[in-house]
Amino acid sequence: MARAVRPASILPLVLDRVGVEIGGQVLVAEVDHRFEEGGLSVILGPNGAGKSLLLRVAHGLLAPSRGAVRWLGPGAAAARRHQAMVFHRPVLLRRSVLGNVVFALRLKGVAQREAVVRAGEVLEATGLSDKSDLSAGSLSGGEQQRLALARAWAVEPEVLFLDEPTSNLDPAASWAIETLIRSISASGTKIIMTTHDLPLVRRLADELLFLHRGRLLVAGGAADLFAQPKTPELVAFLEGELRW
Amino acid sequence: MDEFGTAFAHAFRLLAGFDDELYGNVALSLEVNLAAVVLAAALGVPLGGVLAVYRFAGRRACAVLLNAMMGLPPVVVGLVVYLMLSRSGPFSVLDLLFTPGAMIVAQTILVTPIVAALTRQILESEWSAYRDQLTSLGCGPGRAIPTLVWEAREAVLTTLLAGFGRAAAEVGAVIIVGGNIAHYTRVMTTSIALETGRGNLALALGLGIVLLLLSLVINGLAWALRETREEAVAWRAP
Amino acid sequence: MVRRGHAVLALGLALSVAAGTAVASAVAATIRVASTTSTEAAGLFAHILPLFTHASGIDVHVVAVGTGQALRIAERGDADVLLVHHRPSEEHFVREGYGVARYEVMYNDFVIVGPRTDRAGILGLGDAPAALARIAAARAPFISRDDDSGTHKRELRLWAAAGIAPDPGAYRWYRAIGASMGRTLNTAAATAGYTLTDRGTWLSFHNKRDLVVLVEGDTRLYNPYGVILVDPKRHRHVKAALGQKFIDWLVSDEGQAAIASLRVGGERLFHPSARRSPGARAGPPASVLSVPKPSPCGTYRG
Repeated sequence: MARAVRPASILPLVLDRVGVEIGGQVLVAEVDHRFEEGGLSVILGPNGAGKSLLLRVAHGLLAPSRGAVRWLGPGAAAARRHQAMVFHRPVLLRRSVLGNVVFALRLKGVAQREAVVRAGEVLEATGLSDKSDLSAGSLSGGEQQRLALARAWAVEPEVLFLDEPTSNLDPAASWAIETLIRSISASGTKIIMTTHDLPLVRRLADELLFLHRGRLLVAGGAADLFAQPKTPELVAFLEGELRW
Repeated sequence: MDEFGTAFAHAFRLLAGFDDELYGNVALSLEVNLAAVVLAAALGVPLGGVLAVYRFAGRRACAVLLNAMMGLPPVVVGLVVYLMLSRSGPFSVLDLLFTPGAMIVAQTILVTPIVAALTRQILESEWSAYRDQLTSLGCGPGRAIPTLVWEAREAVLTTLLAGFGRAAAEVGAVIIVGGNIAHYTRVMTTSIALETGRGNLALALGLGIVLLLLSLVINGLAWALRETREEAVAWRAP
Repeated sequence: MVRRGHAVLALGLALSVAAGTAVASAVAATIRVASTTSTEAAGLFAHILPLFTHASGIDVHVVAVGTGQALRIAERGDADVLLVHHRPSEEHFVREGYGVARYEVMYNDFVIVGPRTDRAGILGLGDAPAALARIAAARAPFISRDDDSGTHKRELRLWAAAGIAPDPGAYRWYRAIGASMGRTLNTAAATAGYTLTDRGTWLSFHNKRDLVVLVEGDTRLYNPYGVILVDPKRHRHVKAALGQKFIDWLVSDEGQAAIASLRVGGERLFHPSARRSPGARAGPPASVLSVPKPSPCGTYRG
């Protein structure tokens, strides 16, 4: 995939022995990893592995109970501004499709007029421009997720976190989202994604992190790990044998 | 029992005949009540919002206090406001006692807790649903308040209507601070009290019917502001 | 979207404050009179004030509450003029320096009303305390205003004259409801009870049902009204000049004629009684001692 060049990066992202404990239960433990610039990383694992939790910690929505999240790039002081996240259920505002994207741009300090223009462009690129003036709630599930992605893309984030972006969608919608993810990645955004959709991972992932019961069991290049899983749990998972 | 029949006749006669005093009362009632609701909204919605989205020590105590204040006894409020605004009181310089301004003050004190407490409840649940996404987009709690109010606009509007209802029904406090002065601080509710005291029960009931009609009109107008049917039908959960 | 919302809020706030202050400073020349519910309920002010305003250009705001509350309001300086009907309190008010001087304005009388069936058998008695004694003996329901009003104070004096101390706690038939004259009459009408009322309120009351006047004419039922200017030396902001103009008008031929012209069913509600020099005490005129025409029996629907 062709990659655009990005200035003032906030990457690399370092998860330094991150642990999350809620209500006495240890849900994530000792996750140590460094995300470099470029590429699409997938955090893989069965249900309850702690993937979503780890993603939210990395994005800064949740403070880790142990360890730290560090952005090491030159622009790290304002790290949040250069990130975006899409959740597995799209959270949209009760306004028009265009309005939702404009809202995100205005939050980043873009003037109203310019925001409308850029929103229009993003909606065009994501195939939603003919629904621009409809209320976001009148879209189908797949379209809403597309809108959530469009909104994230519009602010040109350096890192985009995606939490199970296709798990609620039918195959056609899922395919549309996958195409969109590809485009966003190609435009230079680093994507860190969680999913349990193996075929999707095989098609998209450059880097793989395998999480099991809150622990990072193995991490590395996707192609390598698919060829040589290295841990029995991953082997089992790839064969559909590992449920949780 | 035939008081009810006479009451409707009274109501019709007053309305259709454009009775001066009645329309004067209605106009003043609307003025005072709407002004109080606007002020209560300006104070109560942000207050409810702040309590909903910010975490701070004593937050729960504030919420409990606010809920309790919804039950403020109006006559007590009236008395306190009277003492504050009296010529022998601390705010005498405002010269508000026995004027519609004092009535607005008392009404605002009664309505604000209702607006604030209900708004807090509404925005708290909105915030829990939107917090992650809004925070991710770079929208801090403060900036989120107006956004959440817009998201829950019908519910917030309903709390304002509840506040209006509270104000419109108020008698005790406004009589104490307003003095029920003819053509000056006499509103629908205090007129009803006066006519009841004069033994004009049918007329008092008639005025009550007019008051109810007024409330219906206000609520009807508010309903017209809601989303169009098309939007309402089209909104589906993801 | 949000900026528009802010603008609307700001506008609304500005409007309501403007409305409040604009309405607050409505007419240039106004005075505030603290008076009683009985004068208001009788319709006195609705009748005479337009005449005064027309003649003087001064708008009069009347705050009608019980006599006790009216005195409190005037003591605090929240009114310019006081018009009530309890002479001892009025004289005390002037003595304590709250008021400038007391002027006699008008009088009417109190009457004891009760159900036509008159269980206590007091109809026609010329002795009010004796009537109350009979009511107590019969343990017939008696409704007391219990609100520190002129009427209430008179009621207590009459009980004292009868040698009875009515105790709402001890006597079930003595119902102290803490209400204005109108509400007290409503309660009496609804419960077939006896009560003491001033004739002005009674004549203009429209829910009499089975109540009729049973006792009248006793000199102890004489009910004089006095008007007092709140002393500007005590409260500097009092509109003394305008207030005095009002008092002067009330005691003038014009004002007295206006008071006298208020009638219901041909009967006068208030009788003019002004003496030009303030402080003069007026005893009950002969006309009160003779029993006036009996009030119309039966229910009166206005």
